[in-house]
Amino acid sequence: MKCQNCDKPATFHITELTDGKPQELHLCEDHARQYLTESSGEPTPASGMAALAQQIAIGQTAEDLAQLDQQACPVCGITFFEFRSQGRLGCPHDYVCFQKQLEPLIVNIHGESEHVGKRPSRPAGGSEHRTQLIRLRRELKEAVDEERYERASQLHDEIQRIESEES
Amino acid sequence: MRLDDLTTNNGEWMRGSGPESDIVISSRVRMARNLADFPFISRTTVQDRERIESILHERVALITSENELLYLDLSKLEKVDRQLLVERHLISREHAEAQGARSVAIDGSEKFSLMINEEDHLRIQVMQSGLDLDGVWEQINRIDDLIEEKVTYAFHERLGYLTACPTNVGTGMRVSVMLHLPALVITRQIDKVFRSLQKISLAVRGLYGEGSQAMGDFYQISNQMTLGLTESELIRRVSDIVPMIIDYERQARDFLVKESHENLHDRVSRAYGILRTAQTISSEETMHLLSSVRMGVNLGLINDLNIPAINQLFIRTQPAHLQKLTGSDMDTSDRNIERARFLRRYLNKENGSHGAAEHN
Repeated sequence: MKCQNCDKPATFHITELTDGKPQELHLCEDHARQYLTESSGEPTPASGMAALAQQIAIGQTAEDLAQLDQQACPVCGITFFEFRSQGRLGCPHDYVCFQKQLEPLIVNIHGESEHVGKRPSRPAGGSEHRTQLIRLRRELKEAVDEERYERASQLHDEIQRIESEES
Repeated sequence: MRLDDLTTNNGEWMRGSGPESDIVISSRVRMARNLADFPFISRTTVQDRERIESILHERVALITSENELLYLDLSKLEKVDRQLLVERHLISREHAEAQGARSVAIDGSEKFSLMINEEDHLRIQVMQSGLDLDGVWEQINRIDDLIEEKVTYAFHERLGYLTACPTNVGTGMRVSVMLHLPALVITRQIDKVFRSLQKISLAVRGLYGEGSQAMGDFYQISNQMTLGLTESELIRRVSDIVPMIIDYERQARDFLVKESHENLHDRVSRAYGILRTAQTISSEETMHLLSSVRMGVNLGLINDLNIPAINQLFIRTQPAHLQKLTGSDMDTSDRNIERARFLRRYLNKENGSHGAAEHN
């Protein structure tokens, strides 16, 4: 068999999976090396999710989408646009504040919307309670940056209080 | 244990033992977990990452009293050492290439690896040679419980464990089995197998995970969905299908033995011949030829090598491993010469009973 890119014999037979579909490639050593170094350099991990996240835009009017994109999580500050372009969420609270948008995406990925597996042994409400700390630490950093030291001190005490509740 | 010991140790998953180990290389389960009181990695500050690292480090250090733990600060490791860990499946490529405070804890037998500040705050991974997903699940579940005793994971009443990427939400669990399927590739049936796996929501990937080619005819089969099924159901989904694929592969091997024995024997012998005599050889070609040799050993066409020894070669001929063995920084062409030299030495001098004893 000849290489599909030149007249040399094909010594490499590669089965590539693109979007889950296998594709056969028959290449000579030089073309195989070129192919393999090219494809391994691609930043693949996020792309599948980013592609899914892009689907959220489908069926939205431009104005609706622009408005949606500007919505930000009150806890971590990530905007919906940032999530849509990176495919990664910013904090646990995003699942609550972007629930409406994430729901169809989650059903699309998993075909289900309810967890039925293992649960932490500690009270489940504790997790959301701890999430507050993300917002408080962010506010503390902002207060310090803006030299609002009285506010910073209040926030510091509050963070200490919540942190010590657990340990 | 030190990092440099890894280059000469036989890690758990290439031990070449356990049920169905002629075809099943390893069984692996990983879990994604996040602390409730920190943002996901992409929104963390430098300080956040350092704190997450120290909280989880402290917790992880307490869980494996029975085994010696190797704790590695990835932000301080050389690139070649991080690459070495990727080649041994102890960290992900993403984890190796990321920035900032991040680490991994590995047990002495390379069964467990706990990645801190990967895509999620914590990724727990347990691997075992051969097909034994139930055993792996039991171990990872215990580790997860032990860590959770002292930390609060991000958890949602309805959605379960929360992860940076919605593809992992719910159980946060990925179950995978690595298979060696050369006969299905030769008989061109592999596509058909993939298509049927996709229909039942199982993903197929190459040796090094997402985006990697199916080098050396190795394929990882894993669950695509993580929500809406219990952990045991996810384990069962994968473990139910694996015996069928093993069966297809065995049938394809039988077919090759019966219908084109000369071609098969020729293919295997040539592959072995090239590996023993080549003067320069790329990693890809090595994998490709080792795959034929591995099948040849399984079918009794090569008698002076054993499976653990070949599994070793798949790993030790990878770029970072070669570099560590020779102790010098090499470019691709030097590495190809060194790889060929290593293979000649390993396969010519150390075959037979001597080699088997040394590499078992």
